[in-house]
Formats: sequence, structure tokens, C-alpha cells
Amino acid sequence: MAKSKAMALDGAHAVAEAMRQINPDVVAAYPITPQTEVVMTFSNFVADGLVDTEFIPVESEHGAMSTCVGASAAGGRVMTATASVGLALMLEVVYVAASLHLPIVMAVVNRALSAPLNIHCDHSDSMMARDAGWIQLYSENPQEAYDNVIQAVRIAERLSLPVMVMQDGFITGHGVERVEVLEDGAVKEFIGEYKPKHSLLDVDNPATYGTWAMYNFYFEFKRQQTDALSKAMPVIVEVGEEYGRLTGRKYGILDTYEMDDAEMAIVVLASTAGTARMVMRGLRQKGVKIGFIKPRVFRPFPAKEFVETLAGVKAVGVLDRSIAFGAMNGLGPGPLYLELCAALFAAGNTTTKVADYIFGLGGRDITPAHIEKVAQDLAQIAETGEVKTVVSYLGLRE
Amino acid sequence: MAVNLEAGWREASIAGTVFEAGNSVEYITGTWRTLRPVRDEERCTNCMICWVYCPDSSILVEDGKVVGFDYDHCKGCGICAAECPVKVDKHAYTGKPGKVIQMVEEVSMQVGK
Repeated sequence: MAKSKAMALDGAHAVAEAMRQINPDVVAAYPITPQTEVVMTFSNFVADGLVDTEFIPVESEHGAMSTCVGASAAGGRVMTATASVGLALMLEVVYVAASLHLPIVMAVVNRALSAPLNIHCDHSDSMMARDAGWIQLYSENPQEAYDNVIQAVRIAERLSLPVMVMQDGFITGHGVERVEVLEDGAVKEFIGEYKPKHSLLDVDNPATYGTWAMYNFYFEFKRQQTDALSKAMPVIVEVGEEYGRLTGRKYGILDTYEMDDAEMAIVVLASTAGTARMVMRGLRQKGVKIGFIKPRVFRPFPAKEFVETLAGVKAVGVLDRSIAFGAMNGLGPGPLYLELCAALFAAGNTTTKVADYIFGLGGRDITPAHIEKVAQDLAQIAETGEVKTVVSYLGLRE
Repeated sequence: MAVNLEAGWREASIAGTVFEAGNSVEYITGTWRTLRPVRDEERCTNCMICWVYCPDSSILVEDGKVVGFDYDHCKGCGICAAECPVKVDKHAYTGKPGKVIQMVEEVSMQVGK
């Protein structure tokens, strides 16, 4: 196991530290709360000569991703960061990055989309981009953000697909925690040297990226993207296991707690998992057969893993930190609920009942009491076999 | 190297990335024309302004002289005719006054050099 040093870092600084150790060829970025400190800190590293990175301050997030696409096609190791409406502004090119199979790594510090203007945490931004073709990883805390960014470089380059690493804006982005930081050499060795396959700068083997395709070919190129994503999970697992051997912190697809004999389960992404884990512990001590699942990987969606883990579970409470407006006759569940239900239905599981709880939008606080209420609901659902309310809200003033 | 237009998704290059230089010449765009340029070659001064301006590299030049238009790729945009600086009273092909390069209806299939 490699040596590491404990540092007090918030999630943004943890990501910046990982970026410093990765030492990418190009970083092109535009500031946006709550990501700003990621790139701002990194730009200090650039100014202090601690990295060799070509740092390009661009005029907007659209320019940032465009620059990243060009630099990546030119064979560079490329990283950037954004959030919320910044991700929305660059969305056109986010799709391009995945369509061109470019291994760009982007830190997304989750923040609510407008309107109204809100700088605080929810998952509407990264969920907006869930169909763009990127790998999506969610981090519970600054340690996971640091670890995920490092692994993302390996995952991206092995799959030739871009990777988004999420963490909750302000909650972990601005929350200082103890982070075990590897030695520079260990990170450098883990990510290895990037050997781009068809660089634009390789004039002996010319390549043209981003061509035009008519109706007689576009479909085939999209099918190729699905092929690439269908092969991603084993690579994510493999890299996670290797990282585990290096650091003692193993990463997989689903982070589960007390699911072996659970009759009820709560599913939640990112930092709220910390609160949920604490509540679960208390409930388990009271003998409640409940567990929870924190997906680390959202894209590709771990349908198979969910179906396996939820086999025999009577009631599931999904906590969604974004709304898929208009879904289900306008009931407005979130994307985690929708994808989980699709997975269960496709696998023929109609006995596990699922209820959705929208929470935390625009940074609205979620408390242990909220999660205990969900657990109470699940006990009811498990007993009656009926979901009375498909979509509920935690912390909303009615 | 022609692209296999029947290629399935496994055979097609990833994301349509092209691994040859300059193979756009294989894609025939001349069929897009509704107007075509014709040149009065006797009066042409070989100033090369049309060659400089043509956006499709469709002015054919040999040994410093214009020898014709690449009608496989000329899209009939008319920029060569607009930029041509040489005036004529009676064009060798159209018979009209104007410039050395004039645009005619594509359906007329008039061939100027």
C-alpha cells in the first residue's frame, strides 16, 4: 500500500490537488460557483510552476469544453471543471466529447440549475447530462472526490470515453475534511503515461475529427457509443480494485450498507449517503431490517447490480436530488427512481415496491429525521405491499 | 480509398474519424450546382484571382495557367465570376458582355474551359 499524507481539504481543493498530481497537458476552464476553487487553486499551481499544464482561461464554459475537445483530439491529457448552468452552457460540446470518444476528465461540483438563480447543491446539472454518453461517478466526500478524479483518468483513457466526477456543491465542495493524499509519484505511476491513439498532431498519420455524417451513417456512430459504454463497468471495477490495492480504499459500483438481509432499502447518491448511513446504523441497532445503497457509478447505470442487490427486498425508498419534470404523468419523480424502476421491471421484478422522495433541491437541508420518516414509510410499504404515494418530498414547505 | 457505404457499425471508423488526408476529393459535390462557371480562355490573363478565391479548390491550374474548372467539385457559388477582374464585350461561349468568367444555367451543360 502506498504512503499517503493526511491533509485538511475541502472537496474543491482535494480535486485541485489530484489535478496537480495528474499534471494534465491542458486545462481549459471558466469559473462558476461552487467549482471555482477547483480551477482557481489549480491556476495557482500553474503560476507557481508546480505543473507543466497549458492553462487556458476561456471566455465561457462552451469555450472551455470546445478547447478541451480540440486539445484532447490533439493527443493531450485534458481536464476541466464546471457546475450547474456552466454545464448547461457547454452541453452542446459535452455531447461532442463523448461522440468523439475523447478521454476528457471533468469535475462537476453539483449545483442547481436556474431559474431561480441558486448556487447550492442539487443534482439537476449532472442529471441533465446523463444521456450525453459520459461515464458518471458520484463522490460522497472530499476523499472520494480526490480518489475518483485519479481513477477517472485511467478509466477515461482505457475506455476512450470522457468521465464526469461529481461531488455535492458546498456540502463537500466547500466542506473541509481529512483527506489522505497520495505521494505525487504514486499518482503518476497509477495513471501512467497517456498514449493517444490518433492524435491530430501526428502529421505522419493524419486524422480528421468531428466530420459530417448523413442519415446513412450517423446511426452507426451512435451505436458505437453504446458499444463503448456497454464495456465500461468491468473497467471501472478493475481500476477500482487496483486503486484499492494502492490505497486500501477499494472502489466499486454500488456502496452498500447492511443489504444482505435487508427487507427495506434506501437508495441515495453522494453526500446524503453519510447521513443515511448514520440513520441506518441506528435503525439496525433497533432491529429494523433496513439497508442502504449508494451508487458510485450512475453512467453506465448499474441496473444489473441493483437488481441483484434488491432481490428479496420488499420496499425501496429512492432519494432523488433532482426532478425529471413531467415524468410519470407529471408526478415528477427523479431520474434515479426512473432508471431503477426500469431496471427492476426489465428483470421481471414486480414484487419490490419503489417510492421516490425528492429532497435537497437548491441546497435544501436533509436531516436524519427526514430519512427516519422514509424508513417509516418503507415499513408501511413492506407490510401492505402498496405504495400509496409514488413521489413525496422531504423538507418541502407545503 | 473509398469508404464502404454499406459498412456496419462495427466496421465503420469510430465516430466517423477520417484517417486519410485529403480524401474529400472522393466526395462528388458537382451535382449540387444549379449554375456553372464558363471561362473565355482566350481573354483570360491567368491572374489567378479566381483560384485564390475558389472555396472548393475547383480552379484547375497547370504550369501557372488556368486550364479549366473541376466540375466534379465546383458547387457553382459564383465567387470566381464575381472576383474575375477581366471584362469582355462578347464572351466566347455566352456571347454576352461581362467578365471572362460567367455563370450559366447548369442545365445548359455549356462547357467552358
